[in-house]
Amino acid sequence: MPKALCIRQLTKTYKNGLEALKGIDLDVAPGDFFALLGPNGAGKSTTISIIASLVNKSGGSVSIFGHDLDRDLYAAKRCLGLVPQEFNFNTFEPVQEILVNQAGYYGIPRKEAWKRAQKYLVELGLWDKRKDMARTLSGGMKRRLMIARALVHEPRLLILDEPTAGVDIEIRRSMWQFLKDINRQGCTIILTTHYLEEAETLCRNIAIIDHGRIIENTTMKGLLGQLNTETFILDLIRPLVHLPDITGHRLRWVDELTLEADVDRDVSLNRLFVDLNREGIQVRSMRNKTNRLEQLFMHMVDKGRGV
Amino acid sequence: MNAHNARSNWIAFKTIIIKEVLRFSRIWIQTILPPMITMGLYFVIFGGLIGSRIGEMDGIRYMDFIVPGLIMMAVITNAYANVVSSFYSSKFQRHLEEMLVSPVPNYLIILGFIGGGICRGLAVGVAVTLVSLLFSPFSIHNPAVALSVVVLTAALFSLAGLINGVFARSFDDISIIPTFILTPLTYLGGVFYAVSLLPAFWQGVSMFNPILYMVNAFRYGFLGVTDFNLWLSYGIIIGFILILYATALYLLNKGIGIRQ
Repeated sequence: MPKALCIRQLTKTYKNGLEALKGIDLDVAPGDFFALLGPNGAGKSTTISIIASLVNKSGGSVSIFGHDLDRDLYAAKRCLGLVPQEFNFNTFEPVQEILVNQAGYYGIPRKEAWKRAQKYLVELGLWDKRKDMARTLSGGMKRRLMIARALVHEPRLLILDEPTAGVDIEIRRSMWQFLKDINRQGCTIILTTHYLEEAETLCRNIAIIDHGRIIENTTMKGLLGQLNTETFILDLIRPLVHLPDITGHRLRWVDELTLEADVDRDVSLNRLFVDLNREGIQVRSMRNKTNRLEQLFMHMVDKGRGV
Repeated sequence: MNAHNARSNWIAFKTIIIKEVLRFSRIWIQTILPPMITMGLYFVIFGGLIGSRIGEMDGIRYMDFIVPGLIMMAVITNAYANVVSSFYSSKFQRHLEEMLVSPVPNYLIILGFIGGGICRGLAVGVAVTLVSLLFSPFSIHNPAVALSVVVLTAALFSLAGLINGVFARSFDDISIIPTFILTPLTYLGGVFYAVSLLPAFWQGVSMFNPILYMVNAFRYGFLGVTDFNLWLSYGIIIGFILILYATALYLLNKGIGIRQ
């Protein structure tokens, strides 16, 4: 089976001389939930825009499910659904019409298009808003409208460019569940996001792009496995008078009810708790100081920049 | 092209036209009503008040003479305005990307916008014709000529509007051509006078104004009189359509003004 996405030596130099992509290679397997991460200006949106034929590439090749953009453009486009970073629908059109028109561009007869629009508006909680002008929707609703629009022709590959930006946590989590469901049904998903918790929760494979180059391309598990130390915040039951010196653990005093503990990957948490218990320290709760992927991401980007 | 693609393209083409028709219908107060009022005023002032003193033009009552020209003027202006504003707005709001990411070929995008422009032109043309009935009895000499000329002319100015929309970078840019080129050419295109009235020199200059041929051909369809050979008018209209279509297709294929 052909790859959902196959990119070879993709380059893009803008007219102003900016070299946004410096020859990237990327493969995404069918059915994958793939994270494409990178700092602002790294080249993520340029890559996505080239895949979606919104930006002309300078060199290299892109194929979607085996359809090369240069040789088989329309077949490639039929396989792709795009949720761009910025709102790009007609704000003066009713919600349902936006979906029906989009389906029409893909050759779906109007009667069938209405049915599909209904299906996705219901699934994304927008059915009550179907007759409203798009400009009257809230930010979260507009994001969901763009997802519904991208799905109305039922693409095999869905690319989401920061789909949950500015969306409250409740809606974000319901969108995660929705995306997991459509991925389970066979839709390959590529996600870019600045919420690294989102990528860690949803994605199985990951590529990190910076300065127009792929600096990491691996599985999420493999990447997180590279993390040597995790920092936990421990909330204590009783106030602590002094910081105990426990051999083998690196503890830091935050305040009298809070400690920070760096735990190496090869040290079990059980051992930490046994040692704390021996010192009479009772832990009420614990949490990661930062998201694990965020820690790695910053490390890799800094390394790439020679920081 | 296989049958599936042909069917898909046909649906996509219809979708663009329906979208365009719904767009201008939703804002009929801005799109259909104003030309009815403006042309109504032309009929009252030029046809009624001034025209009654002019008498006849080319052997035809002045009011009857200006009706086809004013209908054509409304069609030209509205076909152009529909496409330039719709195309530029879709660029400005970025919802043109809905079409650009989809498998709609560029030629269909052009044809869809032309279809929308023709529909707006015809809708306004019919509306202005209804207004004209208050001032002039309806008579048509050759319906086929009148209809074909109005459709071809609307197509031509829809294409011109699309090209303007491709190059436009601000809302100011979409009003420059209509204000400084389209309106003068229309006013000097024989809407209000027969070209034979002009001195020889200005008659020669007028020959380079394509709108003159369109107005005359349309007037022939209504009244059976024209200053030019009908086939010359058709040739000029179709020639311009082909040139503008090829230009629009080249621009879209190159992504000029729409893709980075």
